[in-house]
Amino acid sequence: MAATHVSATAGAVEQALRGRRTDVGGVAFRIALFGALLISLLVLVILLADVFRTAWPVFRDRGVADFVTSNISSLPERAGVRQGIIGSLYIVAFVVVIAIPLGIGGAIYMEEYARDTRLTRVINANIRNLAGVPAIVYGLLGIALFVQFQALQPITGGRSIISGGLTIAILVLPIVIITSAEALRAVPRSIREAAFGVGATRWEVVRSHVLPYAAPGIFTGTILTLARAFGETAPLILLGAATGFLSTGSAGFVDTLKGPYTALPTLVFAYARKNLRAFEQITAATIVTLLVVLLLVNATAIILRNRYERKW
Amino acid sequence: MSESGDPMDVTNRVQLPESEGGQAEHEQGPRLAVRQSRDEPEVQREVVFDVRDVSNYYGDFRAVRNVTLPVFRNEITALIGPSGCGKTTFLRNLNRMNDLIEGARIEGELLYHGVDLYDPQVDPVEVRRRIGMVFQKPNPFPKSIYDNVAFGPRIAGFTGNMDDLVEESLHRAALWDEVKDKLKESGMALSGGQQQRLCIARAIATRPDVILMDEPCSALDPIATQRIEDLMLELKHRYSIVIVTHNMQQAARVSDRTAFFTVEVHEDSGQRTGTVVEYDKTETIFTNPSDKRTEDYVTGRFG
Ligand SMILES: Nc1ncnc2c1ncn2[C@@H]1O[C@H](COP(=O)(O)OP(=O)(O)OP(=O)(O)O)[C@@H](O)[C@H]1O
Ligand SMILES: [Mg+2]
Repeated sequence: MAATHVSATAGAVEQALRGRRTDVGGVAFRIALFGALLISLLVLVILLADVFRTAWPVFRDRGVADFVTSNISSLPERAGVRQGIIGSLYIVAFVVVIAIPLGIGGAIYMEEYARDTRLTRVINANIRNLAGVPAIVYGLLGIALFVQFQALQPITGGRSIISGGLTIAILVLPIVIITSAEALRAVPRSIREAAFGVGATRWEVVRSHVLPYAAPGIFTGTILTLARAFGETAPLILLGAATGFLSTGSAGFVDTLKGPYTALPTLVFAYARKNLRAFEQITAATIVTLLVVLLLVNATAIILRNRYERKW
Repeated sequence: MSESGDPMDVTNRVQLPESEGGQAEHEQGPRLAVRQSRDEPEVQREVVFDVRDVSNYYGDFRAVRNVTLPVFRNEITALIGPSGCGKTTFLRNLNRMNDLIEGARIEGELLYHGVDLYDPQVDPVEVRRRIGMVFQKPNPFPKSIYDNVAFGPRIAGFTGNMDDLVEESLHRAALWDEVKDKLKESGMALSGGQQQRLCIARAIATRPDVILMDEPCSALDPIATQRIEDLMLELKHRYSIVIVTHNMQQAARVSDRTAFFTVEVHEDSGQRTGTVVEYDKTETIFTNPSDKRTEDYVTGRFG
């Protein structure tokens, strides 16, 4: 009796588990999602393939080294991106030195120290809005502040690397704050409570527990920020980068910073405006260089992040 | 996230009594006579916490109201009652943990060795160094087992042999044998019950004066539970313990005094407010409670 009862149940269970309907809606949705991904990827791949194909003759005929070490020139066979690479690295250096520490510090203050008042909420919302302000507006701000403002002009030297770097630093500051604040907010409250519970001060909690936990997220935000800083063009055009020629040679470091300059994306813009057929290839090669430099910087940041993660 | 009134800035801090010693100050502490059960000799114990008419609010919501009870030195005080009656909320008052919750507010008076814990001059960091806590949900740091235990003593400026302290703390929390070969591994990789014992080890490593335990054994098997109870009985000779538990047998086995919390539902608003129905010697609570609700609860006829 009992045995048959058991096997009857087992049979029913087996049947229930095996019962498989084809989920038409689910399958269709999955195909649609995959299609969306495919289209995005396809556009990107076509774009990249086209750029690389156009750029290829430059690298083939002159070699990578010659192209990246040549200066700006109106002769396509001698035009290169050396000043652009240096200018871009300078600007990113401004971001790394100014925007990232300031932004992370501001985020820590907002998330860990500031009380949740109406004022902090207003500030928070405004920072989010600032991140959405078009880059060209920051360019205008940069001109007003660093070029036309008499008190600052002697320091910045007008349309210079300093002005461009500071402007880009201001431009990415809200992004640094938002991504860092997001990373800090993701730290479980229980970890903070545990640390407070053994008698840690707020600073000890932040330093020993919150920051290490949030570090990978903050690093990721930093990488995004660097990419943004590399690619930003419009404000730099306003701030003189397109025409600049980066003083080299005998000029001192400070003079270089106060002097004219160019950056990779503005160089793309400058070369693209030339009407010669041969400059199409130079433009494409400059874009490839920009992408590669960007990838290199990001890779470095990711390696640093991973090393930090492991250490901790 | 911020503590009210930013007490960290207080320069001239109230001197809290030391964990051990400091007897002179203790002598002056308030003493409350407690109803004694029938034939026991009258014992006057030193009061660690003197809770007077304390209520807790989360924003406008009153979670706990009008709790008055003394907590005695070298005793285990159990808080029992149905879920949601405010045991955790009340327990977190005792080391100012509720300060960390935005919108949480306390009313009433709470004296610790005679010092008003909520005096603006009292530094909550100093409070938490003396009054340790084991949380309801295990919350080890995402760091090595060793660092989990060593963090508290380290920030408190412990200068002795840290290895010994870590080993001793893990031993007493009944965890040493399971982790002695992997002290460098993450505390998060332990099982739930092991994590809870790690949190207990972390709490006792700072040698607090009082330990607050919020359901420390809820994730433990009977053997580990037994060892934690042994630990509590051993610790109470030096320290004082307040424990929240849903386990009646546990409260009956280990505690000296028991407070029974219950929830009152407000007729109009439907607000559920917790309060203490009865506070007495554990034996009295379990064998001869004076309130019908207590009797129903401890005999399992309710919640
Ligand atoms: N951070 C908070 N914010 C708002 N309300 C809270 C918060 N924490 C607890 N409460 C409320 O306070 C009341 C008491 O909660 P508490 O956690 O103290 O209960 P408890 O007795 O510990 O319950 P349990 O036995 O389930 O742990 C509950 O109604 C709960 O919803
Ligand atoms: Mg609780």
